[in-house]
Amino acid sequence: MRKHVAPSAVIWLVLGGAYFIIPLVATLLFSLNQQQTGHCCSVAAYGTILHDGAFWSNLKTSFLLALETIAIGLLIFVPTIYLVHLKLPKLRPVLAFLALIPFVIPPIVMVVGLLSFYKGSPTWFYAQPWGFLAAAYVILAFPYMFFSLDAGFRSIDIHTLTEASQSLGASWATTLLKVILPNIRAACLAASFLTLAIVMGEFTIASLAAFHTFPIYIQGINESEAYPAAAVTLMSFGITWLAMLSLLFVGRKRGARAGLLAGVR
Amino acid sequence: MAYLELQNLHRDFGTTKALDGIEISLGEGEFLSLLGPSGCGKTTALRLVAGFDRPDAGRIIVDGKDVTRMSPNKRDMGMVFQAYSLFPNMTARQNVAFGLRIRGKKRTERDKRVLDLLDLVGLSQAVDRYPHQLSGGMQQRVALARALAIEPRVLLLDEPLSALDAKVRVQLREEIRRIQLELGITTLYVTHDQEEALSVSDHVAVMYRGRIEQMGSPAEMYSAPATPFVAEFIGTMNRLEGTVVDGGVEHGGRTLQIEAARERRRGERVLVLIRPETVAVERANGDGGDANTLIGDVVTQTFLGPVTRLKIVGTGVDVIADVPTQRALGLPVGTRVAAALPAEGVRLLDLKDEQLPEIAEEPAPAGR
Repeated sequence: MRKHVAPSAVIWLVLGGAYFIIPLVATLLFSLNQQQTGHCCSVAAYGTILHDGAFWSNLKTSFLLALETIAIGLLIFVPTIYLVHLKLPKLRPVLAFLALIPFVIPPIVMVVGLLSFYKGSPTWFYAQPWGFLAAAYVILAFPYMFFSLDAGFRSIDIHTLTEASQSLGASWATTLLKVILPNIRAACLAASFLTLAIVMGEFTIASLAAFHTFPIYIQGINESEAYPAAAVTLMSFGITWLAMLSLLFVGRKRGARAGLLAGVR
Repeated sequence: MAYLELQNLHRDFGTTKALDGIEISLGEGEFLSLLGPSGCGKTTALRLVAGFDRPDAGRIIVDGKDVTRMSPNKRDMGMVFQAYSLFPNMTARQNVAFGLRIRGKKRTERDKRVLDLLDLVGLSQAVDRYPHQLSGGMQQRVALARALAIEPRVLLLDEPLSALDAKVRVQLREEIRRIQLELGITTLYVTHDQEEALSVSDHVAVMYRGRIEQMGSPAEMYSAPATPFVAEFIGTMNRLEGTVVDGGVEHGGRTLQIEAARERRRGERVLVLIRPETVAVERANGDGGDANTLIGDVVTQTFLGPVTRLKIVGTGVDVIADVPTQRALGLPVGTRVAAALPAEGVRLLDLKDEQLPEIAEEPAPAGR
């Protein structure tokens, strides 16, 4: 039996879809124009980008930065939020408030503050994206990490699970790794997606701190070459989606084994 | 010799005394139920034994060893929780194997023990199911198997049946007892359900306001409650206030012949406790015979299956009596009846000036 869909719902869906798809299609068509004639169709713009060494190196930097930010973020926030839920529930609103600060403070203010704060720190930290930029991105990702993980922790009975695990002889570390973490995997994945998306697209901090990341590269192309700029925009869109899908795939494969996708609770 | 000892345990939550000097001594392989209304401290006591909380004062001794300050993962206590304690990401088999893996048991040994235990709890057909694929009763069986897998020194059960429906509850409590006897494991069982406690335990401790009111065998607790609270909490009792006089107790203008009153001094205020099933009820003819016969009208009938509970009210009379349902049919509401109170087997308790405790739901202390 087919479900009945209201006509108004269809209209809204089409409108919503158009809002997202039209700009993408327009960008695609523009990127396919020939450099000389300005008419359709050529994939030369894509060739230009793909043969540019800077594209690959900047993309790699941004992607590795994203992975580093995700790793540091999860390492800091998972145990913290776990302990707050378990032992210090009164601190939760304080954390939630702190998590809002990166939203409120404009990136420009943040980067100026961070630059002067870290001035004089060792070069391997200050002058490297893996140091300074990653540290800044962990702060930027804090709200997304916090609210995703917080929801995850709230969806399971961590008190009972922790106590059950401990009564069976597990230490804190074992409990966290073997019992808690597998059950908040979906929340960890969500936190990771959001962080990935932010880092892959962050411009202000990277630009002001003079690091060469993927968004900086896009901006550079944008200023000099019109068609390749459209091509790279579209590609960045695709790449971010691809990265997210691969994260999802990794998470799913493990999750499926653990029976998570069957919809526990 | 006692295997599990709780010595003078105290635990406060703010101004609430959750535990106020608990003393328990339990022999190896014995089954003790902590019974009481919510907020009486029974779960707090269990959590102290498990190690999830620390007492403010007192000691916990297991097999001669003081474990009061030991962390929960070192105590070897098997615990079954109210609900939702199975690890959702693991199958029944993996849940039961968890404690054995922590202990570094070899795979072959582990697998065998897990299957034996799941068989013991009657779940050999569901070993590879995840918790969400199991019913509430099955989940609690897995939880029991998991707690038993580590061969715990003491098995702790925290209202394990309270989230299940009535039929499963009865079935599972009998199985818990069977398994406990089979393995000879020392067990501490927390419940607010007196029927549950009386039916499976070697000993029952009734708790109230952080103290143990009385501890004894189920039969003792039922037939000889030591305090008005226990009398009220376990089973149903007629409670008649009276004063000891020569040869009996004066209540509502008449003197009831009660054996136990002979050991009392004249003029003592007492509470007379009479089980409803010991009250004999007949249609009234005339205005009653001996001193223990009260005349009144049946005002309500409550069908309880094999027996029917009658509430009988008359001048200075307000008692309940359980009579076989067949007989109750001949005593409909409005019938004038004679209720004969037994002279023997009646409990007398000191009636202090203080108010009798009300058994009401109290707010549980913030005990996480």
